[in-house]
Amino acid sequence: MNGQVGSGHLISDWVRFEDDGRVTVFTGRVELGQGNQTALLQMAADELCLDPSDISLVPADTAQTPDEGYTAGSMSISVGGASLRRATSAARVLVLAEAARRLNTAVADLSVRCGAILHSGVPSTEDLHAIGRALDLDLPVADHADPLPRADRIYSGTSTPRIDLAARVLGAPFVHDLRPEGMLHGRMVRAPAVGAELTSVDLEALRARPGVVDVVRDGSFLGLLARTSWQAVRAQDWALRNTQWDMPAGPEGTVSQIVRCADGPADEICAAGDRAAAHQSFGLTATRPFLSHGSIGPSAALALWDKDRLTVQSHSQGVFPLRGAMARVLGLDAGQITVTHTPGAGCYGHNGADDAAMDAAILARHVPGRPVLVVWSRAEEFRNAPLGPAMATTAQAEVDETGRIQAFDVQVNSVPHANRPGTQGAPNLLAGTQLATSIPFPISKDLGPERGGGADRNGIPYYAISSVGVTKRLVHDLPYRSSSLRGLGATVNVLAIEALIDRIACDTGQDPAELRIAHLDDPRAQAVIRTVMEMSGTHRVTDDGTGWGLAFARYKNSAAYAAIVASVAVDEDVRVSKVSAAIDMGEVINPDGAINQIEGGIIQSISWALKEQLRFDGAGVATETWLDYPILTFSEVPEIAVRLIDRPDDPPLGCAEAVQGPVVAAISSAIHNAVGARVTDMPFTRDRIITAMM
Amino acid sequence: MDNLRPFLLQINGEATQVDAAPETPLLYVLRDQLGLMGTRFGCGQGTCGACMVIVDGKAVTACDLTVEALEGARIETIESLGRDGAAFHPLAQAVLDEQAAQCGYCLPGILISAKALLDANPTPNDAEIRAALDGNLCRCGAHLRILRAISAVVAKAST
Repeated sequence: MNGQVGSGHLISDWVRFEDDGRVTVFTGRVELGQGNQTALLQMAADELCLDPSDISLVPADTAQTPDEGYTAGSMSISVGGASLRRATSAARVLVLAEAARRLNTAVADLSVRCGAILHSGVPSTEDLHAIGRALDLDLPVADHADPLPRADRIYSGTSTPRIDLAARVLGAPFVHDLRPEGMLHGRMVRAPAVGAELTSVDLEALRARPGVVDVVRDGSFLGLLARTSWQAVRAQDWALRNTQWDMPAGPEGTVSQIVRCADGPADEICAAGDRAAAHQSFGLTATRPFLSHGSIGPSAALALWDKDRLTVQSHSQGVFPLRGAMARVLGLDAGQITVTHTPGAGCYGHNGADDAAMDAAILARHVPGRPVLVVWSRAEEFRNAPLGPAMATTAQAEVDETGRIQAFDVQVNSVPHANRPGTQGAPNLLAGTQLATSIPFPISKDLGPERGGGADRNGIPYYAISSVGVTKRLVHDLPYRSSSLRGLGATVNVLAIEALIDRIACDTGQDPAELRIAHLDDPRAQAVIRTVMEMSGTHRVTDDGTGWGLAFARYKNSAAYAAIVASVAVDEDVRVSKVSAAIDMGEVINPDGAINQIEGGIIQSISWALKEQLRFDGAGVATETWLDYPILTFSEVPEIAVRLIDRPDDPPLGCAEAVQGPVVAAISSAIHNAVGARVTDMPFTRDRIITAMM
Repeated sequence: MDNLRPFLLQINGEATQVDAAPETPLLYVLRDQLGLMGTRFGCGQGTCGACMVIVDGKAVTACDLTVEALEGARIETIESLGRDGAAFHPLAQAVLDEQAAQCGYCLPGILISAKALLDANPTPNDAEIRAALDGNLCRCGAHLRILRAISAVVAKAST
């Protein structure tokens, strides 16, 4: 099924030749700051033989575009781009067939350049756009698709500048910036815990706060509408101080204890090969605390009711699933709701975007005809948005007399990763759980192997090892709400596997690169490791307090290959000084965009590795400000070198989530190389390093 | 009702009168009343730098600076570095040249910090540039590109 979730089987779902001479191309994928819209435009321009500036790209909109589900999993190009490439190629194929008929010649004699149809290389009387306008494009993509051979692509493979960047830097393109006539500012009043019950609020007093136009209470859902954003902020602050909540019970024990020690039933993911008697055994456990997505702009949405129709502008990753989820909460048909993607700040997974859309829709229902903009506070962003899951992965290996790894076992313990709207048929929207007609969060299941797994993503080592056992256990014993964060389980699983490989290399006197290469039977995997070792020659230094580490993974064991060497200095604090990255993501559509993604992935992963950890108070999230949740700063960002191994004749594999696991693992091994202490509990703080050294 | 008062603000070289409650932070006046949307709401707590503006030559967060305290001050917002479609300030142009952003939400605040730095010291070294940006958070990880863009402007200025 080529990635198209629902609609999208007709050429006309993807391409429209407009009256004004332009071509509109539709995608179900959304721009989250990763540059995918520019890359998609490059792919479409190639297939339509047009200049990219002649094409308008419309991103996910339930009223206009194909339903491509969620923009997630590093699949915008590998799946979304492939779909768009096929659809636009089909349009070109039909146009050329019609041109051949009109010119009474063979299709083989025709070509297109900048929209002009050439006959034996000479301009003809026909052009792509005029024929495209006249054709019926309500035909299946599958019957006509024929993407161009690589040699005929002009824009794919070039670093075309981002089409949206000027507006993002100097304009007002974000949901937060919308100011339609008559708009009200909505703010929510929430306790910092899922399932908290609102027991006391003076609605009349809240209504009387300056600028407050209306207050909406339904069950434990409480929100307010004000004329200006500052009035909304002040009323929200007042309400937070003047409401009482019945808080659910907190967990018995710390997050780390509960996740690490969970011993309920586990699912078998892989059990391959027979066991031989071991010569030497090795093992370790890697853990991660709950993380915050930490978008710089908090979640926001604009909603407007017009009679029984609702329109929403949201920075959701999936406008179609969000529409379905909101319809269930509101008791509407999905057809009564339009959700249009509008940019938000950078998005790294299932954050509060969908929840804010639901909040705006519920508040706006009370003021029909008036648009309502909801912007969450920073505290809500930390406390009420889905959290990045805590995990504990244990890796164990057996090695024979020659130093070869003969068995590898991985046990993944994790809180849930898969709670997006629509998952298991439930809305999975925060407001939906708070209304009097509550639709609670279901007990989360995980993503299956067809989606690359969730908690167990990259749990199976990519190495050629004769006996492998992998199990996963979802931990439901914590009261916190978690969902997909960039890389899902891969980060901690790769940390566990790669830290253990590094330990084996150290303890058996083997070179960490050669040990890996000897256990890989995929030449592309071997190539990224050799490349990163070559790149990092100058910074692979082991000295007093400095060291380096290598790590490798192939994301989802089926997508991009990444090898990382990180160098660290450990003194008063631990600092990453240099990172080299060798990446094979198959065909690269926009090299600079891909490098930008890799650099960003590396920097965010360093931040996770060294600094980040949410704090709790009972059932509530205690973190409220950036002061409680430091992330990597400009002064702490290391030098980074990225090399892409371009394989233009291979399918694109995606890149946004390629490096998280390898970066964190390389840092762990670098710390060991520097000071002899192996720290695999994130974040790798000075205190943890000192404890491990003792 | 709020106790609204008129305030005369000097914004991007123009005298601008707004009616606001005295304790209203500048950020909300810029965005709600003056339509200057480039100054972004990030945290409202003065900790992320997304809302930075220059006040009398210094980069400061606009979310915790009351309008009352700003009468007579010279305020520069990101809009002083150019609007989409017009010629850009060299810093803004350098960001585009270096493709120095992912989501771009934090960029106006970062450019404001950089402009305040370069106005005071046109030839800062790398450590000085980084230190000047430590009050600005970027989550996508565009830091190195942003540093490259600023260094390019510095290099041009020193030749």
